[in-house]
This record gives sequence, structure tokens and C-alpha cells, in this order.
Amino acid sequence: MKKIQLVRLAHARSGDKGDTANVGIIALRPEYYPLLREKVTVEAVKNHYGDMVTGSVERFEMENIGALNFLLHGALGGGGTLTLKHDAQGKTFSTSLLRMEIEVPDNLEVD
Amino acid sequence: MKKFIRIASGQGYWGDRFDAPLDQVKEGPIDYLVMDYLAEVTMSIMQKQKLRDPNLGYAKDFIPLMEDLLPLLVKNDVKLITNAGGVNPVAAMLAVREIAERKGFHHLRIAAVYGDDILSHLDSLIEGGHAMKNMETGAQLSTVLSQVSSANVYFGARPVVEALEQGAQVIITGRVTDTGITLAPMIHEFGWKWNDWDKLAAGVIGGHINECGAQASGGNFLAGWKEVPRMERIGYPIVEAYPDGHLIITKHESLGGLVSEQTIKEQLLYEIGDPREYITPDVIADFTTIRLEQIGPNRVRVYDVKGRPDTPFYKVSISYADGFTCIGQITYAWPEALLKARKADEIVRKRLAYLGLKFDEIRTEFLGYNSCHGTTAHPIDDPNEVIFQIGVRGKNKSHLNAFSREVVPLVLTGPPTVTGFGGGRPKLREVIAYWPALLRKEAVQPKVLTMEVL
Repeated sequence: MKKIQLVRLAHARSGDKGDTANVGIIALRPEYYPLLREKVTVEAVKNHYGDMVTGSVERFEMENIGALNFLLHGALGGGGTLTLKHDAQGKTFSTSLLRMEIEVPDNLEVD
Repeated sequence: MKKFIRIASGQGYWGDRFDAPLDQVKEGPIDYLVMDYLAEVTMSIMQKQKLRDPNLGYAKDFIPLMEDLLPLLVKNDVKLITNAGGVNPVAAMLAVREIAERKGFHHLRIAAVYGDDILSHLDSLIEGGHAMKNMETGAQLSTVLSQVSSANVYFGARPVVEALEQGAQVIITGRVTDTGITLAPMIHEFGWKWNDWDKLAAGVIGGHINECGAQASGGNFLAGWKEVPRMERIGYPIVEAYPDGHLIITKHESLGGLVSEQTIKEQLLYEIGDPREYITPDVIADFTTIRLEQIGPNRVRVYDVKGRPDTPFYKVSISYADGFTCIGQITYAWPEALLKARKADEIVRKRLAYLGLKFDEIRTEFLGYNSCHGTTAHPIDDPNEVIFQIGVRGKNKSHLNAFSREVVPLVLTGPPTVTGFGGGRPKLREVIAYWPALLRKEAVQPKVLTMEVL
């Protein structure tokens, strides 16, 4: 097994819904999706963000497009116009998640 | 029946690229142009404008745009659907009619869709048993009623379809959903039934793809932004809709941008919750059923979409005044820029305590260091420069005003090599908080007013 950053396996987009940020990650190749599903768990994501997410994390699978959608509750400092965060809408949470490292098989082909 | 219709996105939000709708009509054939202008905070700004002048309360930029856009719509026989009407769609319609009369577009039909604005009926709705509790907190609306500045129901495609059936070429709505303005033409043209759940769901997904403009056609595209051609004239998405409910997402060839499975996937994931239930006023769409296939350059087929019956509720968007924020910034340069910024933070916080100023929240961020990625950011030893940002939120305006005086003095009283204070004192902003709620559909009726230009 080797450790690899998600940015080499997935692309992503994020946005806001009130005080919740949503982060969708999408496998860059179909064969990466099972790995994402296995390794990028609710616990791993909650742990990755640490104090940045004050509430719970939910995960939804979208096998049809090789994607996982995460809801990060309590991530936006109150959200909307209340927040004092520079990234008020959580637009950059996408690549923040792609910094996470996961273990993959040594022979996994990665660009 | 037409074999297919082309529904082009012209605007992703109020303030989006001004000439995109003109390009959509000029650069190739389309049947419909849809333009989304509204966000939650927009409605409250528009209510304030309407209070000052009863003829205002819509997206003001939309009217000068129509000077150029309307002749193109007429010439190319394109219908326009937009929620630029805000909290005063009838006034926006009258302003457009004035342009149409002046330009001599006789017999042009223009419609306004309204009835979504429930601000003046909140008391009677509550008395009638419609509690409109906060969906997130469960709190009673009465706790904030005196601070409410706007209240709107989200209508779906139904009243827009009605306006199309009355022969309107320009339809200006209030709070119709971003997806409803793309779905409506499909129902109108193909005679879809209100229980054709799969087809309605497909139309909603077309709407979700259109609603953020170029974000589906190469804008904000993480997987390959460097390869997106001509972003300076990026082509906004066009949904080609077919009577059986499949869609082809494309764009005008003469414009820049990119439509690929990857650009569409990114947009599908934008601001969604549970993908199995994307709830709209007309249908619940299941995003886990969507299939995508690249069938040519800048052409992606969307098919197999499944939907379920709508709910008995409209979503309601209520905004209310909830105090103030104030955010100040200054910039520190190398060496030890981060250390200086941290010292500045310590000084300001000590000053706020010394002056006895109280806030609901004080937040510090270091821009250029980790304001975006927080604790997940990669640490940098000695950044070239750091922007120190400190913000406060609270209800007591005098404390906020006192805070606004405390950042700029750091220039001469705090750590060295500091700049970027040219803007002077930071300004206070009123917090417009958002109250999400539900309202039974029978409690409110959409209205359609169609006029013919003389």
C-alpha cells in the first residue's frame, strides 16, 4: 500500500446551504470510485476537517457518476450573511478535502 | 410538436457577465433564454428598494439590458423567462413594455408571474395555522416577525407554463425556482403531464445545469480549467430538450468554454443535499439515476432520470435583520509576516476588551496563509506577506462602530512593514439572516398577468 493525496484521484466542487457546506468529490477514473467509497468515509472526512466542522458529517453515494457528496454541518461560521469567514460560501472546501491522503494499492495507476 | 427545443442559460446570478445573454441569442439558434437573478439576500434588498419607491423592487440592471436584448429576442423569435422581477415583477413588466412600445414591437406579449410575495400576509397566514417554523432550528416565526424584511414562496414551473400558454414571449417572474424557468418550456412545448415524474425530473436536472450559467460549461472547472478555451468569452450552457425526457447539454460553437461529462458532473454536485431527493415544487428528482454520455465535442447526453411525486409544500424564504458585521484588513510583509499578523490580532483583541466592547463573535483569519483551508492547509514557514483580517458580529451598533476605528491605527501603533489600509475604516454591514420554512401549497395562489404591447 502507498499513501496518495485525493487530488490525484478525484476532482471536486463545493458550495453552501445555510451553515452547511456541501463537498462533492468525483473519481477521475471509474476504477478510483470503489477506493473513494472505501476510504473516504464519514469518520475520515470529519477527522480531516477537525475544528473546521462543528457539526456532523453526512455522506451520500452517487455511483452513477462516480461521486460522493458530503454535507459538513456547522462549517460556515453561521453561513449566509452572518458569517465572518472570508470563504463565506465554502467554495474552497472542495480542494481542502482533496488534500486528504488515503492508502491505495502499490500497483494503482495514477497520472 | 417540435423535435427538440434549445433552452439557453443567460445568467447565473445577479451580477454575472452582462453580455452573456446577448451572446446566447446572437451566436446561434436557441428557442428560449432563461436568466436567474435571485438569491435569498437579493429579495430583502429589493424589498428595501420597493419601500423607497413602489415602482422598484426588481433587478434594476435587467431593464437597460433589455434595450439591447429585446430587439434580438424579437428578431430571432426567442422567448425569455427570467426571475428578474424580484419582489415587483409587474413593475418590471411595465418597464419592459415601455421599451417595447418605444421600439415599436407591436403585439408582443409580456407576462408577469407573481403572488409569491407573502410579506404582507404573514400575520394572517400564522393566524390561519401556517406556523412556518424554522426548518433548521424548529423556532417559531413569531420570534423574529418584527425584523422580517422579505418573505417569498418558491413557485415552480406551473405559473410560467400558464404564461407561455397565454402566448407570452417575455415572462418576468418573482421568486420562481432557478430550475422551474428551464423546466417550464419543456412542459409547454411537449405537453408533459404534471405526473410525468421522470420527465419533470429530467427537466429539473436541465434546470440545475443551467442555473449557474457557465459553471456547467467550463467556468470554475477544477478537473481541467487550464484547457478551457477562451474563458474571456465563455459560452454558457444550452439544454437541448427532447419530448421523451432526455437532454443534450451543449453550447454555441463560436464561443469559448467546454461541455464535457466532467464539467456536468461538477455542476450536478453543486449545492445539493441528499442526491436521492432533490426537492422542487413540481417533482422530486433523483440525482442518483442520472446517466451521462459524451456524444460529441461539447455535447453531453443526460438520460434515464427518475422522479417522484412533489410534496404538499412550497418552500418559503424569509429574511430578517439580525444585527451587524464589520470586517477589517491590513497587510504585513516579510520577514515574520505571520508573526506580525498574530501580534496585531492580539493587540486588537486587547483593545476591544479594554474598551469594553461586546460582540456575538470575533473571528480572525490570515489571508494568503490559511483563510481558505484552515487547519487542512499546508504550513508555510515564513510567508512573503499575510493579510490580517478580523471581523466582529453583534447587535449593538455603537460597539460595531467602535470596532471599526480599531484596525487602521495599527499602522502606526503596532508591528512594522504594514500596508493596505487605503480603504480606511471598514464599513458596517447589516446582517440579513435567512429563515427557511415550508408552507402548504393551498395557502397561496400564483398569479399570471399577460399584456400585449400596443
